[in-house]
Amino acid sequence: MYEVRFHGRGGQGAVTAAAMLAAALLEEGKYAVSIPSFGFERRGAPVVSFLRCSDREIRQLTNIYTPDCLICVDPTLAKTVDIFGGLKPGGTLVQATNKPLAEVALSPSVATVGLCDAIGIALQIFSKPITNTLMLGAFARTTGVVSLDALKRSLEDSDFRDAGLKQNLLALERGYNETAVYQIPQRAAA
Amino acid sequence: MTTATLETPIQAKPAKQKVMLVEGNEAAALGVALARPDMVAVYPITPQSSLVEHVAKLIADGKMDADIVDAEGEHSVLSVLQGGALAGARTYTATCGPGLAFMFEPYFRTSGMRLPIVMSIVTRDGITPQSVWGGHQDAMTVREVGWVQVYCETVQEVLDTTIMAFKIAEHHDVMLPVNICLDGNYLSYGTSRVELPNQEDVDAFMGAKDVNWHVALDPLRPMAVDPLTGGSGGKGPSTFVRYRKGQCKGMQNSLRVIEEIHEEWAQRFGRRFAPLVEEYRLDGADYAIMTLGSMTGAAKDAIDEARDAGRKVGLIKIKTFSPFPIDALLKSFAKIQALGVVDRSVGFRWNCGPMYQETMGVLYRLGRHIPSMSFIGGLAGADITVGHFHRVIEATEKLLSNPAPIEPVWLNEKD
Repeated sequence: MYEVRFHGRGGQGAVTAAAMLAAALLEEGKYAVSIPSFGFERRGAPVVSFLRCSDREIRQLTNIYTPDCLICVDPTLAKTVDIFGGLKPGGTLVQATNKPLAEVALSPSVATVGLCDAIGIALQIFSKPITNTLMLGAFARTTGVVSLDALKRSLEDSDFRDAGLKQNLLALERGYNETAVYQIPQRAAA
Repeated sequence: MTTATLETPIQAKPAKQKVMLVEGNEAAALGVALARPDMVAVYPITPQSSLVEHVAKLIADGKMDADIVDAEGEHSVLSVLQGGALAGARTYTATCGPGLAFMFEPYFRTSGMRLPIVMSIVTRDGITPQSVWGGHQDAMTVREVGWVQVYCETVQEVLDTTIMAFKIAEHHDVMLPVNICLDGNYLSYGTSRVELPNQEDVDAFMGAKDVNWHVALDPLRPMAVDPLTGGSGGKGPSTFVRYRKGQCKGMQNSLRVIEEIHEEWAQRFGRRFAPLVEEYRLDGADYAIMTLGSMTGAAKDAIDEARDAGRKVGLIKIKTFSPFPIDALLKSFAKIQALGVVDRSVGFRWNCGPMYQETMGVLYRLGRHIPSMSFIGGLAGADITVGHFHRVIEATEKLLSNPAPIEPVWLNEKD
């Protein structure tokens, strides 16, 4: 079982991203379940969503408390929310940011980091700071848990059409290509 | 419209089923479309909203040939469907929580009139205090109103059961409204892999569509609908008793029909769901925990871990809650020495969960005393995790050596 927790703000597509990733994992023949967190979601408010994947059928329909990986699609969220709560030791952070690694908030559990200037790229592609598909590309690059091809295929099967589909396929591609991955050795050993 | 025809020959293999990734609410909508209702009436309410939005979209996209009535409130929704059912239509709606409360007057009338209306309850906890999240309080509150009520565990079971519900409701020996209960939040918005049955296979399962003359009004076959009965003189009291006894008989008949229809489903589509009560690793167990709805997946994972650790524990899950599956439960209870029952709602009168309260009646019929206790968790959107179920298992195991009655355990009290 591999567990991912998405952090974002209402309107950035964190909930949609979990469902898109689940669809891509399904494409690859895996079992996947995604569950959004429940609240009075509104634009800008912190939101969370969850994804489990496995080679076997997944029975538990619960939230995720000890994720293997965090995908944070907003660069300012870590200042206001404890995104690292419960992250497994040796865990992964995929973070939207334009800052260098030294300036990114981390916790002792983080061993692998993927950084992508998702807001900057999103403003170029969509003229809006919608970062979810970009960060799925960044996740694929950082972890290898899902392939870029499967993500693209699941996007092509989704409700995206025409210009929207083209933009999001480009976002996946650029997220994948423009993510820097770092290993933090002392933490990987811990 | 038709009543169930179990004599329909079953083809050896269903057509290849499309694999999709959908949330529970969309699965329910897809199931509704496959069952080909003539009429739906809707009013959105959290966490049911995306279900009726999916239904409306299927109709707007021409993928579902049904009339849709966008009523001004839930009382009207069900009243409109009563008219549709009395015109011979196959009818559907969905609601929850405050919407179900607003619907209560026609809700009671529906079972009395023996109208085979199908309605999903995307279960939501009761207010007040204010909350918009899942819990079984709404469905539990109306468990004594004469509707058949089944609870689903997985997204696939939501899809399949939604189709089966129409056939159960319309069966000649049942003729009762059916609620498919799916847990608000965890099941309604939980997205997972489902196999979508082929329309032709579902058509073969449902049988030829015809007007249901047990319900439909026709000037050539006049019948009284909802006549004035009761009182203490003339034909009033006996007529009223006849209605109520008929409803009780339909409920009891539904136990058999639900089993038959689940068996036919398994043969046609290759997916087998326990129709009334599911036993999981109960053989060789000294004690068991009992669950309802989507919490069961985490409970099964906890049971596997507990078994690996040497604990002799099994699981009993109820699917059909109304009518209460007394005989099926007695068979399961015969295997165990202690029982812990986990409810996702509150029984205010007995200071325990409502399912536990009902279970105590069955335990009385068992003819021997087995200690039991009530757990209440997952209220108003709270989670019931594998960890919570380990606490349930440990506390239930203690009943074997110390069977003294104790207070209910509130699982999320310190979360």
